[in-house]
Amino acid sequence: MDLQIALLLGQDGVTNGAIYALLALALVLVFAVTRVIFIPQGEFVAFGALTLASLQAGKLPGTVWLLLAMGTVIALIEGATAVRAHRFRRLPLILLLNCGAPLLLAASLLAVSPAGLPLPLQVLLTLMLVVPLAPMLYRLAYQPVAEASVLALLIVSVAVHVTLTGLGLVFFGAEGSRTPAFTDVSFEVGDAVLHGQTVLVIVASILLIVALYFFFERTLYGKALRATAMNRTGARLMGISGDLAGLLSFTLAGAIGAFSGVLISPITTIYYDSGFLIGLKGFVGAIIGGLASYPLAAAGAVLVGLLEAYSSFWASAFKEVIVFTLIIPVLLWRSLKTRHVEEA
Amino acid sequence: MAEERSVVLEVRDLSVSYGKVEALHGLSLRVHRGEIVTVIGPNGAGKTTLLSALIGLLPLRGDLVYLGERQSAGRTVEQLVRQGMTLVPEKRELFADMSVADNLLLGAFDRYRAGHRDQLETIDHVFDVFPRLMERREQMAGTLSGGERQMLAMGRALMAKPRLLLLDEPSLGLAPLVIREIFRTIAHLRSIGVAMLLVEQNARAALQVADYAYVLETGSIALEGPSGSLASDPRVIESYLGLGGRH
Ligand SMILES: Nc1ncnc2c1ncn2[C@@H]1O[C@H](COP(=O)(O)OP(=O)(O)O)[C@@H](O)[C@H]1O
Ligand SMILES: [Mg+2]
Repeated sequence: MDLQIALLLGQDGVTNGAIYALLALALVLVFAVTRVIFIPQGEFVAFGALTLASLQAGKLPGTVWLLLAMGTVIALIEGATAVRAHRFRRLPLILLLNCGAPLLLAASLLAVSPAGLPLPLQVLLTLMLVVPLAPMLYRLAYQPVAEASVLALLIVSVAVHVTLTGLGLVFFGAEGSRTPAFTDVSFEVGDAVLHGQTVLVIVASILLIVALYFFFERTLYGKALRATAMNRTGARLMGISGDLAGLLSFTLAGAIGAFSGVLISPITTIYYDSGFLIGLKGFVGAIIGGLASYPLAAAGAVLVGLLEAYSSFWASAFKEVIVFTLIIPVLLWRSLKTRHVEEA
Repeated sequence: MAEERSVVLEVRDLSVSYGKVEALHGLSLRVHRGEIVTVIGPNGAGKTTLLSALIGLLPLRGDLVYLGERQSAGRTVEQLVRQGMTLVPEKRELFADMSVADNLLLGAFDRYRAGHRDQLETIDHVFDVFPRLMERREQMAGTLSGGERQMLAMGRALMAKPRLLLLDEPSLGLAPLVIREIFRTIAHLRSIGVAMLLVEQNARAALQVADYAYVLETGSIALEGPSGSLASDPRVIESYLGLGGRH
């Protein structure tokens, strides 16, 4: 391998690694706040990529039906609770939030033709379609069992993952999609060519990480999420309910997932079930960070991206095997060095 | 005459169980506005259980009327916090890897969420009450001394501008000088109108600062009365104050 190829592979590795890093951060966040291992994180990547591809192809993305269906179910549940508690004044808000907003979104998709819209608006529509699914999932699948053990929550995650993958097949079909590159600018750096797409992904990832840092360090809601992760009882006594923290952390994870999907869609062909492997690589990064440290998780994820890129050159048939084998020495080292995460 | 003062909290026939084991057996108590009420009793009497049930961390049976409103069985911690009830827990429950200032700000989280934006003023008031916290504002909560941790737990609770402050053994594990400082602060809080339900093993200090007192023994109220008369009750002297009492 000469230097030029090495640089090219490095570029690939860092690009994918940046996306894995975003996913790793989301996984650490969700686990720290809710103790949920968020396997469906990958489905948000796939849904993000495929929803954007559908919009660009002039099709109505299937995610809109899921949004409507979940919104209706939540409205029924919340509505019944409100009626039983005689809090009728809450009903309009419940309906507006869970049914009105998705309907409005669906109507506007039918009214304008998204295929003709500029890219930023298409991305915005994609996020509006996919991100709300995450807090809705929390509300329907996780909130009722929020106090259950880590293992029980993991089983819920597996169920949600399988369901979403199946729905992905129904919504988007078995063929993969790849969106056109956001930009075809490229730079000559010495002998190597640096693609604008690569730069865009890395810059967007870094910006998102900086935004997350700002959110957690500077805003009271971000601090409230950290507080919940640190001391659940202490946080509740401040009025930070587990439900609020759960909804908020899932919303962030959904946003990170969908946005990663948008970023990755011009680089890789995404199928309805591609999310799982992508999410799993983020998960390896998160494990390297012990599901607790954000910087270590991000660094681990970039390492995964690089390892993947170089092993695809030397032993492409084994590239996934090599990446996932990495987890074994890391787990061994962790189990020797540290105590296990406490089971509440 | 006592009936004319407004009642902040009224508890009637309250029972709390852990599984099948009943820890509190039908006790009744009352806290008026601007008053310190103390519940003294030995280790294991059920003091922490009482406060945990009041703030909604444990399910309870019986009647609970707070600020003139009867609380339903399904009340949550968050609802009570929104209505101005705040607990300073026995274990402090601080956010160890966050600064003192962040811990305090989080104390105002619920008011912030409700639209109030006066956290910075409130934090100044808290610093007036606990100047030590001001000096340590950038330090991580986990590195504070025991007394400072208690001050932070109380300061964080004050950030919520509570109408009723529940204090669970603020003197626990602290040196005598620090205990005196904490109790001086409790007396000061009373003078600015915060109603408190103070739960203590340190009967001497608690009876000195409180207006009214209950003695809790194995989950039931054994005695009650104005603190002054309880402090001179022979039974209290013998069990709780006699010959050095506790501590
Ligand atoms: N989580 C729990 N599960 C079961 N029993 C408990 C629990 N917490 C406290 N108890 C029991 O309830 C009784 C009262 O405990 P507690 O309220 O902590 O007393 P105090 O605060 O007065 O020392 C004790 O007998 C204790 O063993
Ligand atoms: Mg106790």
